[in-house]
Order: sequence, then C-alpha cells, then structure tokens
Amino acid sequence: MLQLYQTQLTSRLMLGTARYPAPAVLADAVRAARAEVVTVSLRRESAGERAGQAFWSLIRELGVRVLPNTAGCHSVKEAVTTAHMAREVFGTSWIKLEVIGEDDTLQPDVFGLVDAARTLCAEGYEVFPYTTEDLVVAERLLAAGCRVLMPWGAPIGSGRGLNNLFGLKALRAHFPEVPLIIDAGLGVPSHAAQALELGFDAVLINTAVAQARDPVQMARAFAQAIEAGLAARAAGPIEPRDLAVPSSPLIGTAFRG
Amino acid sequence: MMKILVNGAWRETRSAELARALEELGYGTSVVTTAVNGEFVAAGERPGTLLSEGDRLEVLAPMQGG
Repeated sequence: MLQLYQTQLTSRLMLGTARYPAPAVLADAVRAARAEVVTVSLRRESAGERAGQAFWSLIRELGVRVLPNTAGCHSVKEAVTTAHMAREVFGTSWIKLEVIGEDDTLQPDVFGLVDAARTLCAEGYEVFPYTTEDLVVAERLLAAGCRVLMPWGAPIGSGRGLNNLFGLKALRAHFPEVPLIIDAGLGVPSHAAQALELGFDAVLINTAVAQARDPVQMARAFAQAIEAGLAARAAGPIEPRDLAVPSSPLIGTAFRG
Repeated sequence: MMKILVNGAWRETRSAELARALEELGYGTSVVTTAVNGEFVAAGERPGTLLSEGDRLEVLAPMQGG
C-alpha cells in the first residue's frame, strides 16, 4: 500500500486527464490503468459551451480521487489563488502545486514553489509539489510541510524518461521514508518500470498515454510495467558489474585440466 | 449597466452583486469558482460581494489537466 498523507492507495499509477482524443478514451484509459487518482485542472469557463461541466460529470462517474493542479501558474500568488479555487470546486485539500519558472522546459520555479508550499501547508492543504531532483529544494519543501514530493523525470511531455538518474537515485537514497512520485517526462512503460525498480513509490503519466496511438492499450502497458517494477524492487535487484561473472558452475567443466 | 472584464473579455452587467452578475452572465447552474481582481471569492461570499466598473472577474471550472 502507498500512503499519501492520510490516504492509502493500491495503485502506483496516476493518470493525467489532458490531451486524449475523446472523453470516452480517457474514461477507458483510466479503467485500463486501474488508476485510483487522476489529475485535473481549472480553466476559464464559457457560459455558452459549459465544457467544464461535462468534463466534471465524466470524472465523477469514474469514481476516482482527483488531484487538482495549478498548471500554468507562473507566480506564487497565482498558484495560491488557484489552489483556493480548486479546493472549493473539487472538494479536496490535495493540490499538485506547480509554479512554472521557464516556458521552454516548463521547469519549476523552485523558489516560488517553496514559498507557495509554505503558505498552502499552513492553510491545511496537502501539497504535492512538482519539483526537480534538487536535494536542497526537497529539504525546503519538507520543512515547509510537504509530506510527498513529485520530482520530474524529464520536461513535461518530452517522453525522455529519467533524465538525471544520478540525481534521482540520490534523492531516493536521501529521503528513504518520503513518498516520491515521478511526475512528468516519461515516454514508454520501461521508463515507469525503471522508476519503480529504483524505489520510487509511484508515477504520474499523461502525455505518454493520451497521445499514444492507442491510449487504452498504452494505459494497460504502463500498469503492467509498474507492477513489474514494484515486484522487482521488492525482490532486490543485483548490482551492475563491469566484468563478466559466469552463471554456469565452473567446477566439473569438461575438457579443462 | 456596468462594464467588467469576464475571463479576459469585456461584458456588461446590470447587477453589481457577484452572485446575480454570474446568473446574468449565464453561469446560474454551473459548477464554477470565482476570483475578483486576482482574489478568490468563495461561493458563500458571492451574494455580499459588490463589483465595480472595470473589475476583472475570473470564472473557472474543472478542466482536463496533467
């Protein structure tokens, strides 16, 4: 079981809800992934189109827990206000806190992130900060009151996998008790399996599933990879070596001596 | 009539009260959350919140997100 704040979860795969070809495909992908948590957002609502109302009905029918984000916020003030608005609409104190610092990489503004996290934790929010693998920033986020961290694998939507393996391994080793969820940048199921093998607790996937040729099949593939990665971690992987070690016993080898 | 900026577009409303203005603008039955001039206004505060000419009103609703 995975404990995030007071909530126990079975699934290690969280799904984003954006960029699917159709709402029905999103719904099928969530079921295929056996996801218990999906991320959602807030956008300007047109009184004529009422697009948000239809989307919200679909999510409620899926019966999953929602993790609202502050995507698109570039300042502490915007992120904190968006969190307030999200709590009212979605009825949850969970907030995936994003303060974007740079538009080419959508890299978090970690200074603003720590500020916003401090404010929201003090107000009773359960903050899931979208951060980098930086250890010092992670320390500050925990000191601000965060009990879960969401380090990036690679820039959002890039599909590059775990870009800084050394940094991510160091983060895992340094905070063995903190739930760490890889958020962003994974492209294929093997990336997710690797994250779990390294001891990360869960992954959040959006683009890699939503933009796959067959999102439902890809959601299922990610779920299987994550199950494999989790089992492998529990089984204790061997350490890589530079030289060969024979797997067949050497004693009694024919034609020698 | 009063001109306010609703989600970035100029609109006219008769009512200065936020709750009534939202109805006038067509959001009567929608699940939305609001901010005026960048400050969150909770649903319970909408009836007592008065808008002024030129105010920036944000009306947000659930949307797909990653």
